[in-house]
Amino acid sequence: MPSATLRPETQYATLAQQGEVAQLGMWVFLATETLFFGALIFTYYLYRLSYPEAIAEAAKDAVLWCGSVNIGLLLTSSLTMVLAINAAAQGRRSAATGWLLMTIGLGLCFLGVKGYEYVADYSDHVVPAVNFALKPGESPVSELFWVYYFVATGLHAIHVTTGLGLLIYILWRLRRGRISAAYYAPIEVVGLYWSFVDTVWIFLYPTIYLAGRT
Amino acid sequence: MRHWLPFWPLISAKQGVVVNNLVIAEVAVSALTVLAVFLMMATFCIRYRRGSQASRAHLREKTWRIEIGWTTATLIGFLALFVWGAGIYVWLFQSPPGDIEIYVVGKQWMWKFQHPGGQREIDALHVPAGKTIRLVFSSQDVIHSFYIPAFRIKHDVVPGTYETLWFNTTKTGVYRLECTQYCGDQHATMTGEVIVMEPTAYEKWLTDQGVHQSLAEQGEALFRQYGCSGCHGANSTVHAPSLVGVYGSMVHLQDGSVRRADEAYLRDCILTPRTFTVAGYPPIMPNFSGQIGEDDLMKLIAYIQSLAQGARHGDDRR
Amino acid sequence: MAMIAAEVEPTYLDNEHTIASWLLTKDHKRIAMMFLVSITVFFFIGGFAATLIRLHLATPEGLLQPSLYNRMFTMHGVIMVWFFLIPSIPTTLGNFLVPMMIGAHDLAFPRINLASWYVFNLSGLVLLYALIMGGVDTGWTFYTPYSTVYSNGYVFAAALAVFVNGFSSIMTALNFVVTIHRLRAPGMTWARLPLFIWGIYAVSVVMLLATPVLAMDTMLLGVERFIGVGMFDPRRGGDPILWQHMFWFYSHPAVYIMILPGMGLVSELIACYARRPIFGYAGMTIAMMAIAILSFFVWAHHMFVAGISVYSAIVFSLTTFFVAVPSAIKVFNWTVSLHKGAIIFDAPMLYALGFVLLFTIGGVTGLMLATLGVDVATHATYFVVAHFHYIMVGATVSAFFGGVHFWWPKMTGRLYPEMWARFAAILTFIGFNVTFFPQFILGNLGMPRRYYTYPPEWQSWNLLSSAGASILAVAYLLPLFYLGWSLVYGKRAGPNPWRATGLEWLTPSPPPKDNFERTPVVTVGPYAYDPETDQYVTQDGVSHA
Repeated sequence: MPSATLRPETQYATLAQQGEVAQLGMWVFLATETLFFGALIFTYYLYRLSYPEAIAEAAKDAVLWCGSVNIGLLLTSSLTMVLAINAAAQGRRSAATGWLLMTIGLGLCFLGVKGYEYVADYSDHVVPAVNFALKPGESPVSELFWVYYFVATGLHAIHVTTGLGLLIYILWRLRRGRISAAYYAPIEVVGLYWSFVDTVWIFLYPTIYLAGRT
Repeated sequence: MRHWLPFWPLISAKQGVVVNNLVIAEVAVSALTVLAVFLMMATFCIRYRRGSQASRAHLREKTWRIEIGWTTATLIGFLALFVWGAGIYVWLFQSPPGDIEIYVVGKQWMWKFQHPGGQREIDALHVPAGKTIRLVFSSQDVIHSFYIPAFRIKHDVVPGTYETLWFNTTKTGVYRLECTQYCGDQHATMTGEVIVMEPTAYEKWLTDQGVHQSLAEQGEALFRQYGCSGCHGANSTVHAPSLVGVYGSMVHLQDGSVRRADEAYLRDCILTPRTFTVAGYPPIMPNFSGQIGEDDLMKLIAYIQSLAQGARHGDDRR
Repeated sequence: MAMIAAEVEPTYLDNEHTIASWLLTKDHKRIAMMFLVSITVFFFIGGFAATLIRLHLATPEGLLQPSLYNRMFTMHGVIMVWFFLIPSIPTTLGNFLVPMMIGAHDLAFPRINLASWYVFNLSGLVLLYALIMGGVDTGWTFYTPYSTVYSNGYVFAAALAVFVNGFSSIMTALNFVVTIHRLRAPGMTWARLPLFIWGIYAVSVVMLLATPVLAMDTMLLGVERFIGVGMFDPRRGGDPILWQHMFWFYSHPAVYIMILPGMGLVSELIACYARRPIFGYAGMTIAMMAIAILSFFVWAHHMFVAGISVYSAIVFSLTTFFVAVPSAIKVFNWTVSLHKGAIIFDAPMLYALGFVLLFTIGGVTGLMLATLGVDVATHATYFVVAHFHYIMVGATVSAFFGGVHFWWPKMTGRLYPEMWARFAAILTFIGFNVTFFPQFILGNLGMPRRYYTYPPEWQSWNLLSSAGASILAVAYLLPLFYLGWSLVYGKRAGPNPWRATGLEWLTPSPPPKDNFERTPVVTVGPYAYDPETDQYVTQDGVSHA
């Protein structure tokens, strides 16, 4: 990650190069992340193809409105994130601060809804190994679905939390005047990450919430 | 008889001979390749050692033609080996219906065999020479792998599914049999013997076991005991598919797919029926997963299989 | 020349002397040396396990309890794969040389580079915890359901160690990719990159795309082991073979992660000691990238007898033959690169020649395993063990040792004792073949791997293999002593003791903290050696007699 001062580090010739390198680094990292989540979603589809009915049956118990509200929250937060980058690029620091705060707020709302959903799942007895109970007529495969559900959403929540941490860090840098129209690569890099987290949810949403409701 | 420096395994069975020929061919090709590379390197190293008088003039600048040349040559050579090997593999792993079908259960750390006549043995498999033997494997715990080095055949035995393998040997004798998939502490002792006998000797061996109930007959008893006959029996009022003639047929499932009713399918249907509902029938069959052991399961399947043979021969037992 | 001024400037080793200046360094060269220490420690722990294994197998009755033997080969595999072979060349020589060879002052993300070292050691500690508490007996492949349900070893901790270790790989690889893309010196075009850089680049791409899949796989394994319910559980309709698919999706490319840097490295050595350009530079780069890409499409060749469909087996066999083509091309090119050279048989060259031969033997036996019909017979026997040791140990470790010797003067400023090094190189080659060639024969006879006992008629070959292992152990230990000796008593090396052409030889040995006083400008390709006149042109375009 580029240093906080507005001089390039020794290995870079210019600040512009430093910014460009940081961006490339994030893109490469996201390629890795894509395969990480990709492997999980691949696992899901394997079972979905092997046991179409059983998985659909299990997925009916997922709380649809929670997932749907959350997709709205995250998509909106991606918009506010881009607006924050835009403001930072134009040197409008207070506007950038406002948009960043909104992004953070939306991210927190996402986690709140997610937490509520976990509580609902618990009372619905679908938490594997904790209180899982097969509903009448369900195949044991449905427990596999719930393992997938908790692994996928749990990992995603960790990513959202990391993103929030990065956003707060960027906010701090912005307030300290270490991001300016001349050098705003850090906020762009965090924006890339945040959009990725959003995109992952777009892929998880249909596998979890829409599978049983065709 | 002890060979202190054995170089090559004892080879038996049709499979063993066919695979062995390919192994010999590949060993020869490999040895030639390694030798060629080694000789070329040695020649260059001696001829062009620093300080030698050999001329270094006219280093080749353009190398594309040579490189494309040997890339193509290698590729063609490789493709030939690939085709040869793939052909054998397809032949090895698509088992024909066997003269004798033997059910094998692998568990930590033994092999259990069940003959069609109901005879059972552990870590030893008696088979007649000259007959096609089809093995159906299942595992009671972890993944094992069934390997007879002399026949050069091997197949993993995976829990939760059935695998098959076949062989046909005319040479009587005793052959080593091994587990080649690490399966725990005593993995190295999960070995046994395949005893290939003259058919008459095999018949005698079978009768000497003193078993009077065939595998299918034992399965029929279980079919009643587990309550299967209550729904799948001929006189049942429950709307459940009849099992006569099911084995080997193509089954249409509720989700639109079609599956061949082989051993693996029947197994899935018994254990997790809800995931494989047959088209046109209500999903009412209870789950038997965790309630039927691998041995009993194989007996049940042997019984369902016998129903199919009965139907084919037009001798309706029910 | 600017040499006199440069010699006054403190080197990267002695510009600061506190412990904190090492532990908090951002200098890629210091991090490389720290990695060298870490992986050497793991190499000898893994080697200790290997020694016990070979001692045990010298007689059919054996030496250890079965459960201890099983823990030994697991420990050997896990440590050697993830804690030595995969990081070996990239994190040490790669870390040290990538910026220097492309004319950069450091890697793109020095802090991430340092973090990689800490994460690596953290994962190593987790693994050592698992080993000390009672070990793991699953084999390095952790096949389910044995690992998730039946094993009574510390599977969770070991899986966690592998998971954490992956982050270290990813951080290092990310750094390399970005650095090679963006921080090359002026004039250092892709077509002028040394082949070692190409090898590191290819391997980084593989690491970045394969490691996350293993991470997910081990995570699902950990979840299943921890809560008792999971994706690979056949009792709930889970598929134990899925573990193998995901595991080999990483672990087959991992074999190329081990060998690709070695391929690049050996090309450097052969060009320098044969004093001529490498034959078919472009072909070599294409071959490496082709291997990197194709390596992702061959994983199921580890599962030909696992019950995968006949059709997919055919496809994977075919792709495996395809990936062997570029490997074969490289062997041809190295061999022909000796033609009309002026070959010097110094220790690094001996290691390089050994590499080519061992790689060839490992390669042709790999083809046999790729052939479907033969794999049915040889799968999971000692034939496989011998094959992958030829590639992963014979070839990779030879390349690693060759590279360490070659760049030792650059890293430490001292020359190693040549005679001892040649002796060690030759001893490695002999010891290796004596150890592992008998295992081909054992495998063909039908001896399965991971057996703690075997029938007495196989003892002769096992005994020979164990004898070879003791030669190999000596050959691997020797450099530890004479290289250590050379740190104090070795002759001081000039900036370019081998008269090599790379940019790393333009700065003093050891280099100053920022590598180059002025960023070099590259005007020629990497291997401008002329065997006829014995001249060479370094990459900054200066001709030397």
